[in-house]
Amino acid sequence: MSEVASTNVVDVHAAKIKVFKLQDGIFHQITLLFAFIVLAALAGILISLAIEAAPVFKQFGASFLWTNVWNVPEDQYGALAAIYGTVVTSIIALLIAVPVSFGIALFLTETCPTWLRRPLGTAIELLAGVPSIIYGIWGLFVFAPLFSAHIQPYLQAAFGDVPVIGGWFAGPPIGVGILTAGIVLSLMVIPFVASVMRDVFETVPPQLKESAYGVGCTTWEVVTSIVLPYTRVGVIGGIMLGLGRALGETMAVTFVIGNANRIVGSLFAPGTSIASTLANEFGEADPGLHIASLFALGLVLFIITFIVLAISQWLIKRGVAKQGK
Amino acid sequence: MSEQQHIVQIAEESVLQVRKLDFYYGSFQGLKNVNLDIARNHVTAFIGPSGCGKSTLLRTFNRMYDLYPGQRAEGQINFQGKNLLDKKQDVNLVRAKIGMVFQKPTPFPMTIYENIAFGIRLYEKLGKADMDARVEWALRKAAIWEETKDKLQQSGLSLSGGQQQRLCIARTIAVKPDIVLLDEPTSALDPISTAKVEELVDELKNDYTIAIVTHNMQQAARISDYTAFMYLGELIEFGRTDELFVKPKVKQTEDYITGRFG
Repeated sequence: MSEVASTNVVDVHAAKIKVFKLQDGIFHQITLLFAFIVLAALAGILISLAIEAAPVFKQFGASFLWTNVWNVPEDQYGALAAIYGTVVTSIIALLIAVPVSFGIALFLTETCPTWLRRPLGTAIELLAGVPSIIYGIWGLFVFAPLFSAHIQPYLQAAFGDVPVIGGWFAGPPIGVGILTAGIVLSLMVIPFVASVMRDVFETVPPQLKESAYGVGCTTWEVVTSIVLPYTRVGVIGGIMLGLGRALGETMAVTFVIGNANRIVGSLFAPGTSIASTLANEFGEADPGLHIASLFALGLVLFIITFIVLAISQWLIKRGVAKQGK
Repeated sequence: MSEQQHIVQIAEESVLQVRKLDFYYGSFQGLKNVNLDIARNHVTAFIGPSGCGKSTLLRTFNRMYDLYPGQRAEGQINFQGKNLLDKKQDVNLVRAKIGMVFQKPTPFPMTIYENIAFGIRLYEKLGKADMDARVEWALRKAAIWEETKDKLQQSGLSLSGGQQQRLCIARTIAVKPDIVLLDEPTSALDPISTAKVEELVDELKNDYTIAIVTHNMQQAARISDYTAFMYLGELIEFGRTDELFVKPKVKQTEDYITGRFG
């Protein structure tokens, strides 16, 4: 009797295990499929951009990348002005956003009174959720006039005569331009970078901080010597997230950058970025070289983003090497 | 529990005098009227069941509680003629003078060399040769020089747990503090590493005053000169280790060290 019962039990188990194995197998395949969709989408976008952009590179060759011309009636296109605008506005945005975000994250994790921590943290997250068009409208109608009336003249007075950087602040203070776009971008990037920095700062074990305080460190020394090296990977990740947003940001930049497809040394001058050129011109672009040039710009932006990612990976690796193995 | 109203006199010179110390976590009172002296160049152990306040007491000695809002201490801890709890007292200076080693090894995310040099640089400006010498001195003092001398440029995190803990001790004594506080320094270590740390404590008391919190009564008996037994935030009994373990004066101490509660 009992032997029969036990073989039955074994049979039931074997059958169940078979079912489990099948389930596991299916689950494995499905997750694999999902993961491949991401790869396929990435490859698809890259390929279609490349195909659409091909006529441009046939016509102008690689010199498309460093030609400073954008002449729609003559069908002459070069990406330099847009690349310049994209890179410079993003650099300005990061130059402002990184120190400010660092300060915000430091304050929130180290020195903020407990009662203020939650409201302030929530406010920063809400700021990250504000649609970019709102930043654009605010930038154009509120910030730009104030900037041209109250800040640009002083910047000009202060730095206008300094060699090298004086040229950055030359030209009429009209409000919109590269610098304005960079500043508005920095405001959009700060919540992202600050909240990532805060999150990674919070992962530092309290004992580690206590032991640094224990040898007599000030808060500043603890943060710069212990917290930052410990969280290096996360901090760089946060900055790159911000940079990614700054490079690709379209609406807000289109509002305030001035949309002039040329390169002027002054940061007060209107310029353009890749994303804002695309937004401005796709609607009216004629089929042919114009459309292809816009696709080529998209491809360039894609590649810039790749390069940024590669640099961040390299920075992270180098940081690990510096800490010793 | 009024046995501990008078202050136990110690034969040696005291380096730290705790008087009428109360400690609060918000509204919860973690320490109640603690009075004791810490003898210079001796080891004082703090024992008692979990939550008795022994770590809390240790953390008042270098004002570590200051990092956390809502924690506060009242009373006096006299060190070099000043009350450490005084608001005007510079906490960073206190912590450089009264070093601390924690339960879990906490090497800084940098090389072994930098782990030691980092603390020194905060308060002293040494040339390369002097710094090298000081780093070696500290590592030797902590009995870890032989194991690390060939890999000073590797990360402190590459060491084993026991080595990391001795590295942390080296880091603490590198700044030449007067007092070293050890908060359950061996509870995360294996028996061999524990034995090494205990040996080290015995060595170090020639140069430093040591206060150690431990869960392990045998450890307290082995390495300490004075023992303080704490229970529910109060100092129940304090005295020479040999006397306290052999002939405890208070019933609760006896119950605890014989394993009847705790």
